[in-house]
Amino acid sequence: MEIKDFVCTGCALLCDDIGIKTEGNTIEKTYNTCRKGAARIRGDEERMTCTIKGREENIDKAITEAARILSEANKPMIYGLGNSSLEAQKKAIELASKLSAYLDDTSSFCQGPVVEAILEGKVPTCTLDEVRHLADMILFWGSDPASSHPRHLSRFSYFPRGEKRQRGWEENRTAIVIDVRKSDTSEICNKNFYRIPPGSDGELIDALTAALNGKIPKVSFGMSSKEILELANLLKKAEFGTIFAGLGLVYSLPEIEPMIKLIEALNKSSNFHLMPMVGQYNMRGFNHLLFEKTGYINRVKFDGNKVDHGPHCSVMEVLNSGETDAMLIIGSDPLGCFPKSIAEKLKNIPTIVIDPARTFTSMIADVSIPSAYTGTEAAGNAVRMDGEKVEITPFIDSKKLSDEEILKRILEAI
Amino acid sequence: MASAMEIYQYLPRTNCKECGKSSCMAFAAALLAREVTVDDCPPLKEEKNKENYDILVKLLPPAESASETGMIVHTELCTGCGNCVVACPVNVAEDPYGAGSGKAPTSDKIILRVEDGVVKLSNVESCRRFGPQSRLCSGCIATCPTKAIEFV
Ligand code: SF4
Ligand code: SF4
Ligand code: SF4
Ligand code: SF4
Repeated sequence: MEIKDFVCTGCALLCDDIGIKTEGNTIEKTYNTCRKGAARIRGDEERMTCTIKGREENIDKAITEAARILSEANKPMIYGLGNSSLEAQKKAIELASKLSAYLDDTSSFCQGPVVEAILEGKVPTCTLDEVRHLADMILFWGSDPASSHPRHLSRFSYFPRGEKRQRGWEENRTAIVIDVRKSDTSEICNKNFYRIPPGSDGELIDALTAALNGKIPKVSFGMSSKEILELANLLKKAEFGTIFAGLGLVYSLPEIEPMIKLIEALNKSSNFHLMPMVGQYNMRGFNHLLFEKTGYINRVKFDGNKVDHGPHCSVMEVLNSGETDAMLIIGSDPLGCFPKSIAEKLKNIPTIVIDPARTFTSMIADVSIPSAYTGTEAAGNAVRMDGEKVEITPFIDSKKLSDEEILKRILEAI
Repeated sequence: MASAMEIYQYLPRTNCKECGKSSCMAFAAALLAREVTVDDCPPLKEEKNKENYDILVKLLPPAESASETGMIVHTELCTGCGNCVVACPVNVAEDPYGAGSGKAPTSDKIILRVEDGVVKLSNVESCRRFGPQSRLCSGCIATCPTKAIEFV
């Protein structure tokens, strides 16, 4: 069978032009996916098995046990969801509200501040299609899409022709990289690569803002006032510019406000936008849903009709302080990626993992419930890194439940 | 990609000239340019040099994988990003709204496309570097983040 226009869930670009050739339920060939996407679609990872306390069990028992653990807990926490459909995320929010649980996702320690500023209307943003059609200035700040979102430059931001950019990259677009290290992206944009020392992003942002406001810019590292002025002038000449904020930038800025100020200064003469380089394919979707429901994008604790919010509700803080006494983890692997001292605390509380693939966390989980891959095996909707909604239609007939169905059944069992 | 010096280290280094070159170093340069193959050095095929022979074969992607235009793709380096697909002027001319606009290709006449996560060549005879009117084009080389494309 030949499938057209399949959506890849390998990253938050959600490429929707993927071709696939199948023979029964096996994938023979994929077209137009990057290497990372091809691996995701083939499902190269080892699948998780359904277990209770490490022993294989059937899914009904596992769901009942999960419901028991969650309803008996005083302060349960639900975490993850960046790799789940909007429909599953809705169920998780419902479950958190019913349980008066903590709820948080990865945005809590990555792109949260950028998404928050956008949803609160504090900074202008745009869509990736607008970037393709209109952008003549692209700034990758602390981001390396060539590694993290391989098709970013070819589908939208630099190389393709667009309505107002008929000649594409050669003449119509300028791409700039500001980063603390050389990267695959800086290799391509080597004419406009500014390498800065770690932690100095804020300083450069302030200096650029000063330059745009007619002051003489100064920084403590090896960039001269002249160089900064030239960069500021290059940026402000743009007709349509987009700054793609990567983790490198977000991690080094304690507050996002200086970036907002820079964009304000640029927009006295130009038209700049900010976009988060979201990693997991639907992290932004979770932020949108929770924002609609509570006014916050992450880090909440439900309590009847009230919602508490703040750093004390973040997954790191809740785990570290031992506040939670049971955790439901969906499509995420905290044991594999959190700082060791915090991840270790997962071993002190009962944990339930819902995931298509085996993870470090699933190996220590009290209950592990395997799910279908949203994308190849399960349907749903997701929000791309630019906030656009994308519909995902599966093509493999899987016996596995989707995380939406699993969460629905846990909800019913409570 | 191996350098001539690296290749030289695995040659017999006796400068016996059996290969028709003036020295092993000259042979190394010729290997790199793919004017000759590893098999053109008779001493290298002797049993005692087998280990080095095998290393050299691995170091040098077989010349057959180069297209008539001399284009080689190091698939192990390719990330399937599609930059070359969008940047190639022939792709753009043949398929302006598909491959040339960053989308799935809609033409059979393009040179570069991505299959199974890596770039695949077809119609290489239309490459601008090829044929009587050839000119220097480096669209695919300049846009590749991992230097996976090479012309020999
Ligand atoms: S760029 Fe992301 S969404 Fe697109 S094919 Fe690659 S992994 Fe999939
Ligand atoms: S035949 Fe082999 S050993 Fe002799 S000169 Fe040529 S490369 Fe060197
Ligand atoms: S050299 Fe030019 S024409 Fe030939 S494949 Fe590369 S980009 Fe296309
Ligand atoms: S630009 Fe390089 S890495 Fe990207 S698809 Fe082409 S050959 Fe592969």
